[in-house]
Amino acid sequence: MDEGEIRAGVIATLRMIAPEIEEAAIEADAPLRDQVDLDSMDWLNVILGLHERFGIDIPEADYGRLGTLKDVVAYLAARA
Amino acid sequence: MIEFKLPSLGADMDEGKLLEWKVAPGDAVKKGQVVAIVDTSKAAVDVEIWSEGTVVELLVAPGETIPVGTVLATLLEAGETPKTAATRTAPTPAPPRPGPVTRAGGEAVTSGRRRISPAARKHAEELGVDIASLTGTGPEGAVTLADVEQAAAAGAAKTVAAPDRSAEMRRAIAAAMSRSKREIPHYYLSEPIPMRRALDWLARANAARPVTERLLPAVLLLKAVALATREVAEMNGLYRDGIFEPAAAAHIGVAISLRQGGLSAPAIHDVGEKSLEQLMRDLTDLVRRTRAGSLRSSEMSDPTLTVTNLGEQGVAAVYGVIYPPQVALVGFGRIGEQPWAENGALTVMPVVTASLAADHRVSDGHRGALFLAAIRELLQRPEDL
Repeated sequence: MDEGEIRAGVIATLRMIAPEIEEAAIEADAPLRDQVDLDSMDWLNVILGLHERFGIDIPEADYGRLGTLKDVVAYLAARA
Repeated sequence: MIEFKLPSLGADMDEGKLLEWKVAPGDAVKKGQVVAIVDTSKAAVDVEIWSEGTVVELLVAPGETIPVGTVLATLLEAGETPKTAATRTAPTPAPPRPGPVTRAGGEAVTSGRRRISPAARKHAEELGVDIASLTGTGPEGAVTLADVEQAAAAGAAKTVAAPDRSAEMRRAIAAAMSRSKREIPHYYLSEPIPMRRALDWLARANAARPVTERLLPAVLLLKAVALATREVAEMNGLYRDGIFEPAAAAHIGVAISLRQGGLSAPAIHDVGEKSLEQLMRDLTDLVRRTRAGSLRSSEMSDPTLTVTNLGEQGVAAVYGVIYPPQVALVGFGRIGEQPWAENGALTVMPVVTASLAADHRVSDGHRGALFLAAIRELLQRPEDL
């Protein structure tokens, strides 16, 4: 799976929680949770959605490495 | 005869719009069964019935907006027959109805007045459907709601401008909160609660769990609030007609923000009795259904105390407005690191500021302080929650 596919999968996961987001409006280098307005329940649902889509179990201790969209894609790409 | 009335689905609801009936005349219903779907300004709510019986008549048609307390349907209690019920509720016996005449083809016709339920009649009027032109498919050739709708669909489709939901919701929230501030003499207290023990315990617990069973700090906070009501009962219950009725169980209303704006505070039932795992499942389910606009009437109408939790994206503290007829609201700000002095030393501590808005008609600051202190102490023993 290349980065483009992973990115598309992440966006699709985010859309399940925040259907109103537009891909073009997300800055890849800016804090993701502020941009998409994800509270802790939403964030847990994102983590669950990524787990279902990519089969990757992201431990809580790694949440700090998932600040931006770019971070999330890189994190998944290293494990997919 | 049982009269099934539109329940209040929260302090901010004065009226509702019936969207759909889930039962028909002749159906037997059980306690807790969803019988109708009603639109409030916030969500389409599955309305449950809390008596057992058999549906006699639907009195309100889908599409109608009716005030809280309106009789939606009549039902017969178990063992009641239409005859005994009629003599009890309507002393004047109705004139005998002409029986249906069945033709050879099996098609039922009635002589004289058309057999049509009041709900179907009303709906037909609204949709501009001529009742005389309808073919009834109900018992004894009665015209049903479905017949009316089918006829209307066959005719010209009427377009109705959709109401502005967010403006409606804002009005409903404003009305409930204005009433709260007008009627309830609020007092406010707050207390910073050290969260090191709770968060360390949670991190250890979550590390051992698959992602699907992870707990959020919010469930610890909810459970602590529910258990604290056992120590200070004046925070949990309803104030109605000048009297405070303490609640036996803590049905905690959880303030949930909706993505399109506004908020709703449906209840998780019996929070004090549930395990953290169960609470997490309930909370996840409640948030999902609230945002999808699919709630049950019991969740909307019976919280005994509300908790608002700003969560990680929030600010340091929140001072809430009590939802009448409840008498208290607990607010939690963001859990964040702060300088913390303890035993003569300064450290960095994750802290959450808990606030209490409570009703002076029921309690005073001393009891409120004991309540917040109880929450603080419970959160220092997360393994017991």
